[in-house]
Amino acid sequence: MNCDLQIQPGGEMQTGTARKLYTGLDGAVIGLILLAGLAWAIAVAARGPDPLLGAQSWLIIAGFLVGLIMLAGVYADGGPKEDPKQYAEGVIKAGVIASMFWAVVGLLAGVVIALQLAYPNLFYFPEWGFLNFGRLRPVHTSAVIFAFGGNVLIATSFYVVQRTCRARLAGGLWPWFVFWGYQFFIVMAASGYLMGITQSMEYAEPEWYADLWLTIVWVAYLLVFLGTLWKRKEPHIYVANWFFLAFIVTIALLHVVNNLAMPVSILGARSYSLFSGVQGALTQWWYGHNAVGFFLTAGFLGIMYYFIPKRVDRPVYSYRLSIIHFWSLIFIYIWAGPHHLHYTALPEWAQTLGMTFSVMLWMPSWGGMINGLMTLSGAWDKLRTDPVVRMLVVSVAFYGMSTFEGPVMSVRAVNALSHYTDWTIGHVHSGALGWVGFISFGAIYCLVPWLWKRKGMYSKALIEWHFWIATLGILLYITAMWVSGIMQGLMWRSYNELGFLEYSFMETVEAMHPFYVIRALGGLMYLAGAVLMAWNVYKTIKGDVKEADESVTPQPAAIKA
Amino acid sequence: MYQSLAHFAQTWGLLFFIALFGLVLVYALWPRNKGKFDRAARMPLEDDGGPEGEPEAGDRKDG
Repeated sequence: MNCDLQIQPGGEMQTGTARKLYTGLDGAVIGLILLAGLAWAIAVAARGPDPLLGAQSWLIIAGFLVGLIMLAGVYADGGPKEDPKQYAEGVIKAGVIASMFWAVVGLLAGVVIALQLAYPNLFYFPEWGFLNFGRLRPVHTSAVIFAFGGNVLIATSFYVVQRTCRARLAGGLWPWFVFWGYQFFIVMAASGYLMGITQSMEYAEPEWYADLWLTIVWVAYLLVFLGTLWKRKEPHIYVANWFFLAFIVTIALLHVVNNLAMPVSILGARSYSLFSGVQGALTQWWYGHNAVGFFLTAGFLGIMYYFIPKRVDRPVYSYRLSIIHFWSLIFIYIWAGPHHLHYTALPEWAQTLGMTFSVMLWMPSWGGMINGLMTLSGAWDKLRTDPVVRMLVVSVAFYGMSTFEGPVMSVRAVNALSHYTDWTIGHVHSGALGWVGFISFGAIYCLVPWLWKRKGMYSKALIEWHFWIATLGILLYITAMWVSGIMQGLMWRSYNELGFLEYSFMETVEAMHPFYVIRALGGLMYLAGAVLMAWNVYKTIKGDVKEADESVTPQPAAIKA
Repeated sequence: MYQSLAHFAQTWGLLFFIALFGLVLVYALWPRNKGKFDRAARMPLEDDGGPEGEPEAGDRKDG
């Protein structure tokens, strides 16, 4: 569309007819989506057969109403304002704040369930299930992976794609629809878990209606990202954008296929999956492992390839390596899922295929790790002086460690010992707390002064404290889980001289108690670090920054021509 | 059916993936692409707004 935008001296924008029509269409389509959702939720409240969804429908009605009011507010205020000479930063600021909020919520839920494992009577009310371990566990996993991680990915991808394309975020109101729609999905999913609404598939617990909503939001996200790439002024698409795009496209595919299901009633929560038996298991772990590969790896590698060069002011160590890293990582990851199904009904050749591809993954993973670390060439001193760089680098080190441990654990013989034990939990958390958590914290510590135009963070000392408390917390967590997991696996497989199992299940649980306490302590320390960070971010946004930080270069919102 | 599919995957599928990987290597290592990639490696460092370049008032085309 060729539009006649005019910039007035004050920076205020006057919209021509074409533009008005276009943004009007934006609002109309979003409004129709919200109205359709509202109508469905009212129908559920009025005539739904399902008491659980009936109760939740009031929350859903409230959500759609708030959305419609916000949309009306935008138009009452004179319609969406957009200055094509400036990068869109408001939606990214919102994403940073949401990330901090969900980090604290998700980590708190993690500490609570860790304590429940150590002290099973904690928050256990026989007649009141909301706070049982089984209800809170998916709240923890979804809150840290999808709420915290997802908000970090949406915010950083929106930031990076604009800056490396020299183009304002495409889509007018749609980025805001993506942001608020995603928060609404999280609230819908988490409140459902607490009430007992679940598909019982790991990391894919939300039921069909929440899945459908996420699909709409995710397609909008993909279109905003592609639209921004389309408008780019740089001929070359920077490697971080390739990683973000692979993440968005693959998550769309995984989410849709794994959640193909038939609802029992259009007004009820329950649905039945298209897949059953071993096909269902294979689809689920194709989904589950690629949630790790594309959500928790590819997306965060996009963060690595932008924020590490930016913060240390050095070019990417080897751009050629980054291209090989990208294509081999995405081609290999998609096949690794079957290693979750060793010694099951899955045909052995499929298990071996999953195992082989998992071992092959070691190469691109370490190629990427080396590329991230060596970007510090000539700037290693920043490890000592800049705690944010240290956080980013330790994150990449944890990436290297967990992508070595993962292939080892995928080997069938090792898996015979490690599977279903705490070792798996330790492995996941060295990746999640070390790699995903630290690269996200590092990126947020970079973004907050850039976005709010501050000369540094409120307190560098608090960043140091955050780094050390969180690092010690991770070490306590993963070492406790290694010992506990290997002990558990060995106890399960030991026989006495008569061929009977040496230990009852209960004895293994009792033996794990001290390690559960250490793990909860590690998690508490990690949470404490995140709370310090939230305070630091709050004070910085408020404007209480006293000292300038020489590692912070101002990032103006004006698009460089 | 199963046999022929498995045979296809284990032979042509394998060769196809190896050929794709070869293409990626050729693209990444092709000498003439070096300049482009060296510039690309610096992209994050050169994206802060500044007075460089000509202002492009009025020539913005979107969608």
